[in-house]
Amino acid sequence: MAEPAASVLDVRDLKTVFRTRGGEIHAVNDVNFHLKPGELLGVVGESGSGKSVTMMSLLRLLPAPPAEIRSGKVLLNGKDLLAMSDEELRTVRGAKIGFVFQDPMTSLNPVFTLGNQIMEPLIKHLKMSKVQAEARAVELLELVGIPDARRRLYQYPHQFSGGMRQRVMIAIALACDPDVLIADEPTTALDVTIQAQILELVKELRRKLGMAIIWITHDLGVIAGIADRVMVMYGGQIVEHAPVRELFANPQHPYTRALLQTIPRITGPRDTRLKVIEGQPPILNAPLTACPFRARCEYRFDTCDAVNPARRAIDAQPIGQGHDVACHWHAPARQEPAHA
Amino acid sequence: MLDAAPAPLVQVQDLKMHFPIYTGLFRKHTGDVKAVDGVSFDIMAGQTLGLVGESGCGKSTVGRAILRLYEPTAGRVVIDGDDVAKLAPEPLRRKRPTMQMVFQDPQASLNPRMTLAEIVSEPLDEHTSWTRDQKLERVYELMDQVGLNRRFVNRFPHEFSGGQRQRIGIARALALKPRFIVCDEPIAALDVSIQAQVVNLLEDLQEKLGLTYLFISHDLSMVRHLAQRVAVMYLGRIAELSPSKDLYRRPLHPYAEALLSAVNEPDPELASRRNRIILKGDVPSPANPPKGCNFCTRCPKVMDICRSIKPDLIEAEPGRLVACHLYGTTTAAGSTGASEANERNQQGETR
Repeated sequence: MAEPAASVLDVRDLKTVFRTRGGEIHAVNDVNFHLKPGELLGVVGESGSGKSVTMMSLLRLLPAPPAEIRSGKVLLNGKDLLAMSDEELRTVRGAKIGFVFQDPMTSLNPVFTLGNQIMEPLIKHLKMSKVQAEARAVELLELVGIPDARRRLYQYPHQFSGGMRQRVMIAIALACDPDVLIADEPTTALDVTIQAQILELVKELRRKLGMAIIWITHDLGVIAGIADRVMVMYGGQIVEHAPVRELFANPQHPYTRALLQTIPRITGPRDTRLKVIEGQPPILNAPLTACPFRARCEYRFDTCDAVNPARRAIDAQPIGQGHDVACHWHAPARQEPAHA
Repeated sequence: MLDAAPAPLVQVQDLKMHFPIYTGLFRKHTGDVKAVDGVSFDIMAGQTLGLVGESGCGKSTVGRAILRLYEPTAGRVVIDGDDVAKLAPEPLRRKRPTMQMVFQDPQASLNPRMTLAEIVSEPLDEHTSWTRDQKLERVYELMDQVGLNRRFVNRFPHEFSGGQRQRIGIARALALKPRFIVCDEPIAALDVSIQAQVVNLLEDLQEKLGLTYLFISHDLSMVRHLAQRVAVMYLGRIAELSPSKDLYRRPLHPYAEALLSAVNEPDPELASRRNRIILKGDVPSPANPPKGCNFCTRCPKVMDICRSIKPDLIEAEPGRLVACHLYGTTTAAGSTGASEANERNQQGETR
């Protein structure tokens, strides 16, 4: 469907379930997307929408059991990561694909110096000597804007502030010059002014290094500022996908629309009352046979209860390239509801 | 701006909350973390004051010190006529029903071994001599008010979602019919689609019950939505205290300006056009604040005077208080001269 030749990463029909005592949780349901070199793909969704599990599945980072990747392909430059041996996969993790996690407090090891943690991938993956690795580590810390880098190398994580730690995490993820950087809510734990610093840093690094980035967040404001394309996830599947300006100017899925309306703005007229999405996100304890958003949707009609909608292109481009949406409401033969 | 000039229900004057640092073998008192260092503001009855700032700026400490969950180091906190900061234990206990709190993390602030009924009626056990039936009746009434189904009355906190748990926290705060509620980041732990539900509930309750809120948050857009006036805190002090619409249209303090420019608006067009102010560095430690203005280490408009003298909170424009040397005494004198008869100009600082 997508053009494999042009993409660094191509994910097809990915399906991940968790086996629990209470039954199976279908966390990721037939997710398809691709990533072109140098672009920034934003992934938006609430907690439990499957965005983090999807990305963890790509590198098989989920503990199995309980997690099980039931089907799918994850092609990195044409090679399927899901078919690789653990040995082979280890040459990809941290080298070809860098990962930045949400909480910089817990994702650095408190008993090792930063230098140690930055040099580890350099020595393991790039087979550098200690001296070479140290020089490169200083370079990396300078790249992510940490002053006095050489001295900082011998300090421990607790000697750094939250924003500084997230810079270090980014430095580690970039150490081996990866093709793809996956950032899972990298700014969520940070204050707004520090968040602004990190966003600025990422923009600058993209200009300098040109890697492709997947940016996971629940914050539509962050996405608006940095992404090229956005996919919106709900109930473990992609419900809408579009270039960033198109998505914000012309949201099609009722969930995306509602989400954009629930956020108060800092400029423009002040809303007298916030729009509410009633109800709760779905519990994914069975395979989806109907639209996961139907219980909270104001456009719900019969078909929504019977069939889980597939993604349909709403412009002339193929699915995953332009603007597409998984909603019956946009089926070609749809009837406009009376109140729309 | 002075809509019918409501009287202040809460008056805070020069509130200080210092946490002592003890070091060495003999636990010698070697310094203080000045979490809150001279904060003054009023909250009008029936209104909401937003208190914003980054983590560590002391905003939650202000909330807790006002309700005397901490013993304030200095200052006056007058709530509905009584100076809460100085009340003796028994009068304080009798005062507690008028002032309540909604906590940030509903998961952590509800006892996992108590049912909803027990949680919500606990304040009633403490402060009333009602019978069981009377208490249960009140619990049902509260559940209706916050939108919880009466069938859930015997459930435990883990059986509820995050949004519902926060409703339980709100019901508990309302149990004794308070007049003043401190909401300490009540929506920070919730998903975006659930946040709006809780915010609308808080607004409805305010209108119905005439509540007064201190709404503590780092979410500037939500505060704009909720609050009539907003105080921006930085490192234990108020940088700016302005009516919400003025602050968001034209922030006066350089920190307020930077903070607002750092907010991400969900609008790609705007994001590409906007000139952000990116502050350098991190917030200094409140145990060792800078000598002059607390913001002088990061301020893009810093002057020499900022590094030596702490600016007082003065009325830079009618109704707008700013602690910044950019707004000198001359401009302040000019604008206060235009006698805007408002009692909001309460300078706590007299040093």
